[in-house]
Amino acid sequence: MTLPLLQVRDLKVHFQVRAGGIFFANYLPLKAVDGLSFDLAAGETLGIVGESGCGKSTLGRAILQLLPATSGSVAWLGKDLTALDRAELKAHRRHMQIVFQDPLASLDPRMTAGDIIAEPLRNYETGLSSAAIKARVREMMEQVGLLPSMVNRYPHEFSGGQCQRIGIARAMILKPKLVVCDEPVSALDVSIRAQVINLLMDFQRALNISMLFISHDLSVVRHISRRVMVLYLGKVMELADRDAIYGAPRHPYTQALISAVPIPDPEKERAKPRVLVAGDLPSPLDPPSGCVFRTRCPKATNICALTVPVLESAGVGHEVACHHWRD
Amino acid sequence: MSASVLDLKNLSVRFATPEGEVAAVSELSLSVGKGECLGIVGESGSGKSQTFLAAMGLLARNGRAVGEAIFGGINLAAADENTLNRLRGNKLAMIFQDPMTSLTPHMKVGHQLTEVLVRHRNLKFPAARDRAIAMLRRVQISEPERRFEMYPHELSGGLRQRVMIAMALMCGPELIIADEPTTALDVTVQAQILDLIRRAKEELGTAVILITHDLGVVAGMADRVGVMYAGRIVELGEVHQIFNAPQHPYTKGLLACTPRLDDATASALVTIPGQPPDLQQLPTGCAYHPRCGNVMERCRAAAPPLMSTGGGGLKACFLENFGSVQAGTVVP
Repeated sequence: MTLPLLQVRDLKVHFQVRAGGIFFANYLPLKAVDGLSFDLAAGETLGIVGESGCGKSTLGRAILQLLPATSGSVAWLGKDLTALDRAELKAHRRHMQIVFQDPLASLDPRMTAGDIIAEPLRNYETGLSSAAIKARVREMMEQVGLLPSMVNRYPHEFSGGQCQRIGIARAMILKPKLVVCDEPVSALDVSIRAQVINLLMDFQRALNISMLFISHDLSVVRHISRRVMVLYLGKVMELADRDAIYGAPRHPYTQALISAVPIPDPEKERAKPRVLVAGDLPSPLDPPSGCVFRTRCPKATNICALTVPVLESAGVGHEVACHHWRD
Repeated sequence: MSASVLDLKNLSVRFATPEGEVAAVSELSLSVGKGECLGIVGESGSGKSQTFLAAMGLLARNGRAVGEAIFGGINLAAADENTLNRLRGNKLAMIFQDPMTSLTPHMKVGHQLTEVLVRHRNLKFPAARDRAIAMLRRVQISEPERRFEMYPHELSGGLRQRVMIAMALMCGPELIIADEPTTALDVTVQAQILDLIRRAKEELGTAVILITHDLGVVAGMADRVGVMYAGRIVELGEVHQIFNAPQHPYTKGLLACTPRLDDATASALVTIPGQPPDLQQLPTGCAYHPRCGNVMERCRAAAPPLMSTGGGGLKACFLENFGSVQAGTVVP
């Protein structure tokens, strides 16, 4: 058996949040990511969905070691990244890149598009001549659909969609093995969103990249992912192949999420059964006991308040954390 | 056809900027019927918000509205502040995208809710309080008496948007303008809020203008849909017609490039090439022509007027053979 590219085991990221106290600060733990485990194979796209506060962005940053993990391990080709020092980590970093949500804010306003795209090359391929760097940047700009003549422009001179193309060019120029996409199309207009999704999928196929695609948009995730992980308050609710998640979701939360997404088709949208989940997300500082979803769950019973459901197998490669998924 | 609540006639909105005047909305005409839900779809910069901010008299200081927005016999676009204040929050209400910035942070929720009743209905505070609490219950806020005493920052995003809806409904308005009411919310909360708006429309007969970029939201809510591009309506029609048989290449392109939850294929999405135009440098003729797969010589010369599609709708496109309308291009 080949080793998965990435093995995440019982990953926890907890923050200490100040909650009151006048003379002596009173800190509460915020469990942003609370015990996540999964594998990512080479060339695979894993979609990570959930609502705000579910820990999906924290997870992406913790995997790239942009945030320190509280406990657990992130193994990159068998080597635990959380145990490496800065220099060792830097050697691995060239294979892992990230594309952020806000295309303008993620680019340095004082650097030109060319410098931004060339920066990873200058960091990691120090032997390159400046002519070679220029050629690589030109080639990259063409690949992401930017005119090479725009190389000396600054980020504010580009539209949101073009800024995101610069961000993608920067992430792809080193031909990485893993790219974390953190809501890469959420800030874009509908007609631009499709262009950027196609661009990401083209790179993914051409370079055989493993991708963590973090998004709150279930329609986009369905389009781009092979497997999908559903998070709620830092915990995995369900993890399965794309078709199983969308075709036969087992967890009540997944079912509610899918039913809540509007479909751009008046007949279907008006005919579909409406499963309204009650209430709002509970405070992550004071999560419910037992199953974190139980306060909004239509199937909740006594056991849900008492015992935390563990992930159990509901089919090949299909895991679900619910006491009642068989009902 | 029922009588209309709001009639826009040749409404234009212009902004004075250091780089010169920008036309955000150009000679837009449409009407909203009693109890109807009109969906307005468009991308950022299409003028969808500015059209109705102009109708509410809420344009930014450098903005100017020309034309007519007739509501109850009054031209809102030319009305003075007193007239507008008598209507706004009373017969005419608005729900904004961001409920945090549209509620006053230093006033308790209760005071903001009762303000409209005290002002428009001359109610004393205790009577207004009872009505407000009943309304909070109606929009399914639990423990309404306790929430009444809270400040906006103590509420979650979904609860704040419910408070906004309660406020909009307090005086039983004839028309609610909802500008991206669920864009800032999570999808499960979005479903709850849309359900509330749908019920307000059905139970109270309120007309709703729903401004959004989300085609799915419009598909579930609207009776008619207007599609905007670069400050103009490019297509207007009954919701089933817009979604099943779009007559404008832009509408068709928007539908085709939207990933759908009910679509199991992972093939490349159809895309519309290029990007929405800069309003300061609009292309000649039809503003969509540089991105259109069906562009003809006359499209570059003159902007097409809104004309009948033959099926009851309107479209601003010279193309006659609708069957051949190209949705866009597939990037290989």
